[in-house]
Amino acid sequence: MSRKVIGGPTGTGRDPNAKLLRVVDIKTHFRTEKGTVRAVDGVSFTLDRGRTLGVVGESGSGKTILSRSIMGLLPKRNVVRQGHVYYEGTDIIGLPDEEMRHVWGSEMAMVFQDPMTSLNPVKKIGKQITESLFLHLHMDKQDAHDTALALLSSVGIPEPEQRLNEYPHQLSGGMRQRVVIAIALACGPKLLFADEPTTALDVTVQAQILNLLQQLQRERHMAMILVTHDLGVVAGRTDEIAVMYAGKVVEHAPTPVLFSNMKMPYTEALLSSIPKLDYPSHTRLEVIPGRPPDLINPPRGCRFAPRCKYAQERCLNEEPPLIAAETPGHMFRCWFPVGSPEGEEALSRNLAAGASASGVPVTDVPMPASLAGRS
Amino acid sequence: MPEPSHRGAPVDAPGISSRPEIDAPAGGAREMLELTQLADREVEELQALHTLDPDQVPADAVKKRLGPLFWFAAGWFLLIVVLALAAPLMERAGFLPDPTKAVKCANPPCSKLGILKQGYLLGTDNLSRDIFSRIVWGARVSLLVGFSSIFFGLVLGGAIGVIAGFFKGKLETVLMALTDMFLAFPAILLALAIITFASTSNPGEEPRLSRQVAVILALTIVSVPPIARLVRASTLVFAQREFVLAARTLGASNLRIMVKEIVPNVLPPIFAFGIIGVAIAITAEGALAFLGLSLQPPNPTWGGMINDGQKFYLDAPHMVLVPCAVLFLTVLSLNLAGDRLREYFDIKESVL
Ligand SMILES: Nc1ncnc2c1ncn2[C@@H]1O[C@H](COP(=O)(O)OP(=O)(O)O)[C@@H](O)[C@H]1O
Ligand code: SF4
Ligand SMILES: [Mg+2]
Repeated sequence: MSRKVIGGPTGTGRDPNAKLLRVVDIKTHFRTEKGTVRAVDGVSFTLDRGRTLGVVGESGSGKTILSRSIMGLLPKRNVVRQGHVYYEGTDIIGLPDEEMRHVWGSEMAMVFQDPMTSLNPVKKIGKQITESLFLHLHMDKQDAHDTALALLSSVGIPEPEQRLNEYPHQLSGGMRQRVVIAIALACGPKLLFADEPTTALDVTVQAQILNLLQQLQRERHMAMILVTHDLGVVAGRTDEIAVMYAGKVVEHAPTPVLFSNMKMPYTEALLSSIPKLDYPSHTRLEVIPGRPPDLINPPRGCRFAPRCKYAQERCLNEEPPLIAAETPGHMFRCWFPVGSPEGEEALSRNLAAGASASGVPVTDVPMPASLAGRS
Repeated sequence: MPEPSHRGAPVDAPGISSRPEIDAPAGGAREMLELTQLADREVEELQALHTLDPDQVPADAVKKRLGPLFWFAAGWFLLIVVLALAAPLMERAGFLPDPTKAVKCANPPCSKLGILKQGYLLGTDNLSRDIFSRIVWGARVSLLVGFSSIFFGLVLGGAIGVIAGFFKGKLETVLMALTDMFLAFPAILLALAIITFASTSNPGEEPRLSRQVAVILALTIVSVPPIARLVRASTLVFAQREFVLAARTLGASNLRIMVKEIVPNVLPPIFAFGIIGVAIAITAEGALAFLGLSLQPPNPTWGGMINDGQKFYLDAPHMVLVPCAVLFLTVLSLNLAGDRLREYFDIKESVL
């Protein structure tokens, strides 16, 4: 394993007793001609070794930029980045690429959405797997070959010996994503990002790939950040869930707590847009009326107010802070939380008026009736 | 792009049919024009390539037929290559007379012209030199100039293109501005200037470079801008593909990404383009030789032979026809092969 100390000349090295990952108030803003896009706007969380975090939100909510900000993979130009990313106690934000290279692959790795584009079409599978083995682990040819074989077997690829000499286009989509996973795991990272790892795949293989990721994550005691737009994907597979909306985490809770006691109207809306929780579905989440807000000029108060059934005057003017719920580890941003007396009152007021304070028509509420009955 | 392969239009000794005596400057001007047009067409070609479907990927496992025309072209080209390579051997074995000297013939004077006279395959020229031998030795010049100038052009232009397309920003701006500056010059004028500079010398001194090297240098420099532009366009496409980011997340350095991820993707289509480039370079060498700017007489070059022959086209049409035909067929075969290879590599994402 590459045991280079990150942090370079000024760094203090890593502390194996520290939390694996501690993200403190990171902001990633893009300067564009139209204005500053606040893609990630103050996100904090911690992740222990071997734990899994689901990051859920509609498309455009900043999930991909969040994971790339943590990994330090952002474009260099016209990006403003703030905050801290402590990896094993060392702040890695803004480290030059030369130093991040010792982190990438051997400490953190990423599985991308589309195995069609994340594999090099003109290179054999074997070569694509062994390259990082040579680079980080300085293996010789024979060791690298054996390791690649073992990796391909561990991700459930039949006849791995033969696959080593094949090109990506000779494999099916599901098999390709298994190869991508094998490549990501080659150097034994402690933290794996999976950014919509099944969105581009056939429905029939989605569950297989998710189960494989879960199995490997457990076997290797690896931390995983599973990014998806689908609450159904993370339901049974993560320890915690962070719900993102317009660049912010709007609700963060241990997975069972989130499903049994959600506070955010947005989470509720996300959930009710899923037909069933029994199997992963990839219904796009456009069922929520309206569109995600403009990240250049976000709404002044609560960013969800223009689409929220619960919205009151206060929501339009004051941004709700992230506050702790009664259960430890559960946080949310809302003035009128779901299930609270304030929330019930707000909803019935809007129902009586036929519209929310922001003008969203509110008629008979299709509440996710009994959550217990669904899961 | 089903386009007929006419880029390497034969150098058919301009003016020869209309005017028996053409003065060199006029002929030169026409040549220049033709070459400039050639270069322009090439740029159009490049711009078309520029807008090619970015997702085209070569995949060697997908079998596409190359077709009989390709094999015919490849056959002719192979013949020329074999003859050129075997020239010294054939000379030693006595099959090939010295191309610079008059052949001894049974029936002097040997200046009598005609096909298959004196038992030589393609006859002799006005100085009684064996035309077949001159063609074979001339092929060495054409091939050497064509391949080496495009090879160096690919290395240099490829490096510029990959670096510009990969790093973008200021570096790209500077590199591409330089390239565009070269492109703005008519290629032939640039080549002329380079050759003149390289091969002139103060009285009593050796020329800076031999003619051969000067011609290769000139054609290399002329070929760099279009290749750089093409490679850059191709690199831009691949650099934003996810596998490049994936390689980065695995700890690959920029150099490694360029060499191991981008170049293998950029290379196959460029290889096909390079073959067409060789055809163009051979044509250009012919034109330069025609203008007397390539190897100096009595060394044989195809362009020089055409130039010599045009003065005798009435008495001895074969003197001009033979080198014209050989040049035409060679250039045509390279174009055909290059076009077919490009289609061959042009495999859409759908087959993946
Ligand atoms: N390079 C960029 N320049 C400007 N805006 C960007 C850039 N990259 C992403 N964005 C914007 O950031 C927001 C979040 O994007 P992303 O993280 O990809 O969303 P998600 O992954 O949740 O679908 C989007 O609105 C997107 O348009
Ligand atoms: S109730 Fe108000 S604060 Fe809560 S999500 Fe809706 S708009 Fe935002
Ligand atoms: Mg995304």
